[in-house]
Amino acid sequence: MKIGIVGYGVYIPHYRIKVEEIARVWGKNPEAIKDGLLIEEKAVPGPDEDTITISVEAARYAVARAGIDPTEIGAIYVGSESHPYSVKPSATTVAEAIGATPALTAADYEFACKAGTAAIQTCMGLVGAKLVKYGVAIGADVSQGAPGDELEYTTAAGGAAYIIGAGDSLIANFEGFFSFTTDTPDFWRRDGQPYPRHGGRFTGKPAYFKHTISAAKGLMEKLGTTPKDYNYIVLHQPNGKFPIRAASELGFNMDQIKTGLLCPKIGNTYSGSSLIGFANVLDKAKPGEKILLVSFGSGAGSDAFSVVVDDSIDQKRNKAPLVSHFLNPCVYIDYAIYAKYKQKFKVATLP
Amino acid sequence: MAAAARFWRKIPQRYNLIGTKCSACNKVYFPPRYICPVCRRAGKIEEFKLDGKGELVTYAVIYIAPRGFESQAPYIIGIVELDGGARVTTQIVDCDPKDVEIGMPVKAVFRKVNEDGESGVIYYGYKFTPMR
Repeated sequence: MKIGIVGYGVYIPHYRIKVEEIARVWGKNPEAIKDGLLIEEKAVPGPDEDTITISVEAARYAVARAGIDPTEIGAIYVGSESHPYSVKPSATTVAEAIGATPALTAADYEFACKAGTAAIQTCMGLVGAKLVKYGVAIGADVSQGAPGDELEYTTAAGGAAYIIGAGDSLIANFEGFFSFTTDTPDFWRRDGQPYPRHGGRFTGKPAYFKHTISAAKGLMEKLGTTPKDYNYIVLHQPNGKFPIRAASELGFNMDQIKTGLLCPKIGNTYSGSSLIGFANVLDKAKPGEKILLVSFGSGAGSDAFSVVVDDSIDQKRNKAPLVSHFLNPCVYIDYAIYAKYKQKFKVATLP
Repeated sequence: MAAAARFWRKIPQRYNLIGTKCSACNKVYFPPRYICPVCRRAGKIEEFKLDGKGELVTYAVIYIAPRGFESQAPYIIGIVELDGGARVTTQIVDCDPKDVEIGMPVKAVFRKVNEDGESGVIYYGYKFTPMR
């Protein structure tokens, strides 16, 4: 029985801020930052957007693309590190808003930037065991970066939803996955703290590169594949440079990397990052083409998936907006509006 | 907490634009009515889901916002005629006030509508955005 993707949907907010504007406020050289992080601008949530609203929009598009009855969804998992509530699931609101309630199980996941792919693995298990017909896995974030921290240039907003199922009407099927997980304190946010902290350069070699490369190699060894077998590779994108370097070290070339690399234009959408890049590849891929998807979550772990595009892609692709729909046109805001939308200061309420 | 329960009762309307329709006269009601005021006893009311697409009938730009909405000003409040036939009063988002036009096609999106302070319940529901 093939297990795979029945539908997918993406949502990226309408607003953008450029690296030049953030650098202007903190007196930094924008060209050095753009060159160092390979990023030009990032997506900013509107004042009324959060992880739940982004998840709902992405999930609604996924249902539209799948063309399924939402009451047949048996599980919903929302992966994020910016759930609006500490206690009260994002997944129940999503379930209600897409018409999947009440006969389903739902929960929120957190594993830094890879909670969305962990949700996909759970759905694969439930579908494979025939415990549910469809499972929805979402990765979405309105990520936080402290004012003045280098994270502020990349922390962005967006999300993607994948409906996992089995059978013949798949957009793509999973050949297998391999996960690589260790206890590595490269990036964290303590309970009640508004902004995360990170280990600077420690987030690179012992964290991002070790985990993504090990997961990808582990999967290719398990399946007996090599980089030449894949048309595309999509990695988690904390900035524009890391995924290119990791993919190059694995033996992939820029033709295989470029379609899934969106960080330079939208920033790091955390739990949405690799999944939005993956959606952009599905928007363009042909039946039979093969994709290597590798997420990364600080703390730390990577999930690598080998995916083969199926015939239904051509029939379903245009039933919901493509990723390109959200890239242009967008509205550029200055740092003051950005600070207001991100609630970086308190608004006085007069009696 | 009373506000949370009051909002919870209206989740089908706020999240999914669930109204009602009289199958005798085909009139659509949103918010839902449970007796058709046209057909009265002869009416047959059924649940009806509006598809969220429509046209902006009129609007106002709010510069002096009520409490809780200060950070969104200036923002647009409009009346939208839905394709199914009902009209809703709603916020028009992701639209600069200088770009808003009567007659523009709009569609429903899912947004935060309000929240009960920093520690209270967050209320979600429909707003509308220009069709792109």
